[in-house]
Amino acid sequence: MGMTLVQKILARATGQPFVNIGDIVEPAVDLAMSHENTALALNQFLEIYKGTGLQPRIWDPSKVAVIFDHRVPAEGSKTATNQKKVREFVAQQGITKFHDIRGDQGGICHQILPENGYVRPGDVIVGADSHMTTHGALGAFAFGIGATELASVWTLGLALNVEVPETIRIDVRGQFQEHVSAKDLILYLIGMISSQGASFRVIEYHGETISRMPTSGRLVLCNMAVEAGATAGIVPPDEETLRYLREEAGVLESRPLLLPDADAPYSRRVEIDVSALAPMLACPHAVDNVVAVREREGTRVDQVVIGSCTNGRYDDLAAAASILRGRKIAPWVRLLAFPASWKIYRQLARDGILEDLAQAGAVILNPGCGCCLGIHQGALADGDVALSTTNRNFLGRMGNPKSSIYLCSPEVAAVSAISGVIKDPRGE
Amino acid sequence: MNVKAQSEKPPVAGCVVLKMGDDVSTDTIYPGRFMATVLPGETPQYAFADITDFNSRLQKKEIPAGSIVAGGWNFGCGSSREQAASTLKGHGLIVIAKSFARIFLQNAVNLGLQTLVCPELEADEGDELEISDDRVLNRTTGRSFALQPLPAAKRAIIAAGGLISYTRERLLKMRTAKEQ
Repeated sequence: MGMTLVQKILARATGQPFVNIGDIVEPAVDLAMSHENTALALNQFLEIYKGTGLQPRIWDPSKVAVIFDHRVPAEGSKTATNQKKVREFVAQQGITKFHDIRGDQGGICHQILPENGYVRPGDVIVGADSHMTTHGALGAFAFGIGATELASVWTLGLALNVEVPETIRIDVRGQFQEHVSAKDLILYLIGMISSQGASFRVIEYHGETISRMPTSGRLVLCNMAVEAGATAGIVPPDEETLRYLREEAGVLESRPLLLPDADAPYSRRVEIDVSALAPMLACPHAVDNVVAVREREGTRVDQVVIGSCTNGRYDDLAAAASILRGRKIAPWVRLLAFPASWKIYRQLARDGILEDLAQAGAVILNPGCGCCLGIHQGALADGDVALSTTNRNFLGRMGNPKSSIYLCSPEVAAVSAISGVIKDPRGE
Repeated sequence: MNVKAQSEKPPVAGCVVLKMGDDVSTDTIYPGRFMATVLPGETPQYAFADITDFNSRLQKKEIPAGSIVAGGWNFGCGSSREQAASTLKGHGLIVIAKSFARIFLQNAVNLGLQTLVCPELEADEGDELEISDDRVLNRTTGRSFALQPLPAAKRAIIAAGGLISYTRERLLKMRTAKEQ
């Protein structure tokens, strides 16, 4: 019997030739990430050392990343003080993969990690954030953990008691129609298998559509795997992975790539042909409440959001700008656009894309998580309807339980911002 | 940290004080706008903050420790925020659900929030439930439901009194091994 990609990774990370699904393993961790919640993790880290007589030391500071993104710049004194404590901790522990609130190196953790070459195929990556699944796009096994578990990883360098997960294999074929993209595919998949359809399991993406898809799209598919309950999403590394690492992440060295075996034991297989896939929409208040955009056309929107760790990459904002260029958003719409990192922000600025967006009426926010989870700018009024390229539309997600959120692609968001109502971008 | 009750007798009884549907997200348990508050001692005030009547009963201490939140499938989905576990733990609540989202369940185990998996559970607000090792008896309706044991990997952490002490033990063992 062969192994899935995650079995292969866990076998290598535990120094074994083979691991079975269901085995309890303790893989060595290649990268451990946190953001503002480092403040909690460091509290728990000190708790672990309490009474031991030992000096609290991170097992390997070069394998730890800390990125400020949730509330940047700080929205209040509490956050500012927590960020200050984290800065002191970072300096004291010698953590070098630290991305502070800076225009030359900051951004959302799920963009900072790949674009700085911190994610390598075959790595075991953990982080105190549920969207750690994103990094499977580069062939790593990346999963979210809580802050206490992160403190445990800092201490031991191991992820404790990991059950080797089952894997669902998704085979995707066909060519996307114009204005249909990875976001529509992942919304469609989540609608099909439900918000718990992949619970405690990994989603492994295959097929010609994935082979042709740039890393930016694969990041979308893996980012939202967690919205189907998945432990991780993963794309077996290929030419595109190596191209991204080399050209966009500056990673030149490589080690043998791990790939799943042809006879790997998948718990479920799903085949999807995207050639007839329409732009999709997740309706309030569940990510698996998915319909085709055209079924909700005409729904009035108050705020449109383009950005985030899901769809805040260069091609997302460029696609939105190509629709918005030279046009104006509806007078009742607030359009918020935020790139996923400052590197992307600067590229968009250089190419005039931010100018196009702003001329159309968009407000350009700095890279960060803020409005996606209702903690920093872009709050919704009672009764407001938001249309957003982010990844969650739970009741109250954007900070107001009396509002509602639809999720969509950047193209759907852009065309709907102009019309002021939800609209299918095909034919634009 | 008293987390041993999860795997050991005697039976405990409590009332269902909040009954919820499927896919209760951590945004419902602990809304994101309170995430700047991180320490376990400070998070309980925001438990179910947007279910305002329930939150105010918690704040007024009208809900005794050992009371039960009954959830459906996929309880605790969404964000990995650990505040969602510490906020409930702070009030001594017990969560019984048909199933849990992975990260929430792990956080609960790590912190010692008592979580029970009961796929067949039928209980309404006000029902009194008796929890034993492997079953939940609804004393109000007289019906009894099997509990699904937690995976062995999680039971080991519970037995150690939570992840902090579990990791501390491992750290000390590692050090001893190194010195020998």
